[in-house]
Amino acid sequence: MTIDLGRGLVLRNPVMTASGTFGYGEEYTDFVDLAQLGGIIVKGTTLHPREGNPYPRMAETPSGMLNCVGLQNKGVQYFIDTIYPRIKDFDTNVLLNLSGSCLEDYVKGAEMVDALDKIPAIELNVSCPNVKQGGMAFGVTTTGISQVVSEVRKVYHKHLMVKLSPNVTNIAEIALAAEADGADSVSLINTLMGMAIDAEQRKPKLSVITGGLSGACVKPVALRMVWQVAKAVKIPVVGLGGISNAIDAVEFMLAGASAIEIGTANFIDPAVSAKVVWGINEYCERHGFAQVAELTGALL
Amino acid sequence: MKQIVDFKLVGKQDFGRSALLRLHAECALPDMAPGQFVQVRVDGSPSTYLRRPISIHDVDFQNHEITLLVQQIGEGTRHLASAETGDIINVVLPLGNGFSMPEKGERCLLVGGGIGIAPLFYFAKVLNEKGIRPTLLLGGKTESDLLRLADYQKLGETFVTTEDGSLGEKGFVTMHSVWQKQSFDKIYVCGPKPMMKAVAKLASEKSVWCEVSLENLMACGLGACLCCVEDTVDGHVCVCKEGPVFNTRRLKW
Repeated sequence: MTIDLGRGLVLRNPVMTASGTFGYGEEYTDFVDLAQLGGIIVKGTTLHPREGNPYPRMAETPSGMLNCVGLQNKGVQYFIDTIYPRIKDFDTNVLLNLSGSCLEDYVKGAEMVDALDKIPAIELNVSCPNVKQGGMAFGVTTTGISQVVSEVRKVYHKHLMVKLSPNVTNIAEIALAAEADGADSVSLINTLMGMAIDAEQRKPKLSVITGGLSGACVKPVALRMVWQVAKAVKIPVVGLGGISNAIDAVEFMLAGASAIEIGTANFIDPAVSAKVVWGINEYCERHGFAQVAELTGALL
Repeated sequence: MKQIVDFKLVGKQDFGRSALLRLHAECALPDMAPGQFVQVRVDGSPSTYLRRPISIHDVDFQNHEITLLVQQIGEGTRHLASAETGDIINVVLPLGNGFSMPEKGERCLLVGGGIGIAPLFYFAKVLNEKGIRPTLLLGGKTESDLLRLADYQKLGETFVTTEDGSLGEKGFVTMHSVWQKQSFDKIYVCGPKPMMKAVAKLASEKSVWCEVSLENLMACGLGACLCCVEDTVDGHVCVCKEGPVFNTRRLKW
């Protein structure tokens, strides 16, 4: 089931867990043997610590949820000193999701993570919708993405995955810019900007009014964008957005994804990631695919 | 160790807005401390996507049973409360940290408001097993909010307030005369936030140790999504993982 995403990032299978939905992996070890997964992407980390947005940060929506966590984390140095020693020997790929509020922070953070032997890749978050300078400014224009990707590329020597925002007019253009400036792969989609209102109280449900929509409800949008991007770029595409089971995962691969990430579904079934691995195998056997990689772009 | 368990609903008692659900598992249950909670999947309710965090009302380890007291707050809990005997209910448990166990001889007051009385039942039961007889102070809007009152009374001296005066002393739990008549070493509180804040203030004025059980809106229940944070002296921390029980000294109330 091996998937080679390039520049040394080889996954045991195409299933990873999405940043911000799986903690540092430790939160899920009672439910999932991490060695069964292709990789885990640990929560969004910034150069400097961030307290995140005030409570409430979550609102349930039909078949999904909005969040406005706002990149709460203790910073790259804390990750290196405290978290990394605990998780570096997990028997799976541990990727760090790196975010920033300015170019210098991205570059400095990437430099620091480059030195960590057991982190084979960064997922560059240029698409967080929940903070004023959460990187989304970089992720919504081709010039912005070119700037951040090319600068990070200069200091980061391992696999550079760029996580794309769906909150753009033409996501394929953004993906092409990332590819041109040195991204090894792109992952998509981050959350869709949304909003929820409590009509009885006449108030927004989230502390900062708007948030990122995720869960099963975003799947058709994500699938369409993965298909568009996979047609446009030559680098591998990692698909995510509402994947809740193995068939959802297979659909993303048929649309052109080389690997997938499971996000919000981890909240509903903490064991879902391992079930998806099993289910993709079962699908491949049933449809006569000798290698799971053959699913990529196999849409008829 | 946390587990995902399919329970069968084997007993149900309706109390109008609330329902008592007795759930049986085929397998032995993991250890569960009073004050810990579970995440219940709500099947067959299209508008309910996430699990619902529910406190543990009672546990019978011998018979592999847990009991949940579910109040109908929204669509998810309404659906859950309408489950029928024989239904399979998928539960992740146990989650969070429970109440701190008092030392023998310490005088404990358990204060519950509304559906917040639910976890205090299991707590009072365990305290009794350890030879500690707690005092209970339970409050509701009206008499019918005080569910299973006779069962609580068996677990310790029980005082009651209702806002309409239909049972016990009229008013809020903080206005009850027991505060003037007795003193306590430890106070444990579960209920609506304004009520918990009022009790925490009273405890602080009396310089009494106090723990509260919070129920912030949450998604994962595992400390991964960072949605259920409470502002503490250590910054934003997850209620689901570091709580739901907090010593009030840690909170920025």
